[in-house]
Amino acid sequence: MSLMINIVSGALILVGLTFFLAAAVGIVRFPDFYTRMHAAGKGDTLSTILILLGVALYTVGDFSIETLLVAFKIMAIAVFIMVTSPTSTHALMQAGYDDGIKPFEKEKEDKKDSEDQPEV
Amino acid sequence: MELFFTLAGVGLFALMLPILYRLIVGPTAIDRIVAVNIIGTKTAVSLVIVGVIFEQVGMFVDFALAYALLNFIGSLAAARYFHRVRQEREANTNNASTT
Repeated sequence: MSLMINIVSGALILVGLTFFLAAAVGIVRFPDFYTRMHAAGKGDTLSTILILLGVALYTVGDFSIETLLVAFKIMAIAVFIMVTSPTSTHALMQAGYDDGIKPFEKEKEDKKDSEDQPEV
Repeated sequence: MELFFTLAGVGLFALMLPILYRLIVGPTAIDRIVAVNIIGTKTAVSLVIVGVIFEQVGMFVDFALAYALLNFIGSLAAARYFHRVRQEREANTNNASTT
């Protein structure tokens, strides 16, 4: 039973790290502010939830009231991040859009020197 | 299992480095704020992992909760700040053009 819980929590943590790898690659490679926000908002949130779920499952492995409370707190962190991370992504996206950052377009790349993005 | 958690923490830290690259290079300031936001979220996660390694999860979970709260408030405050800077700049240009 304990080995089963360890395997499942390890798999959850590994899947979470994989999603975080995808988010990191997206943040480095994407050409534009908005696309980077896209990678950040989703990959970051999902990887955080998966890793915290794995840790909570590992914590509740040796069962008592104390570890149950700790696992509940970890899940509270996961729910909190699940609510707040898209909220802050949305707010930052709104700020960037109001700031006049232009979306990436492929045709315009030739005359990119003529149009300067406004410095924030 | 403790070795696995150590390796998971090291991997989490290693994956923060490309985001640190975006934090240094990032063309606009909001790119940098996004990078700081992600690094803060992952710091909360790695605090929980450090608590598992030290076998004191009950203490480190509270740290992680407080850190996630501060991170959220910080990014919201930065977003509001840039919003307001933009509005004030527009108001200034309108005044300059009318007068």
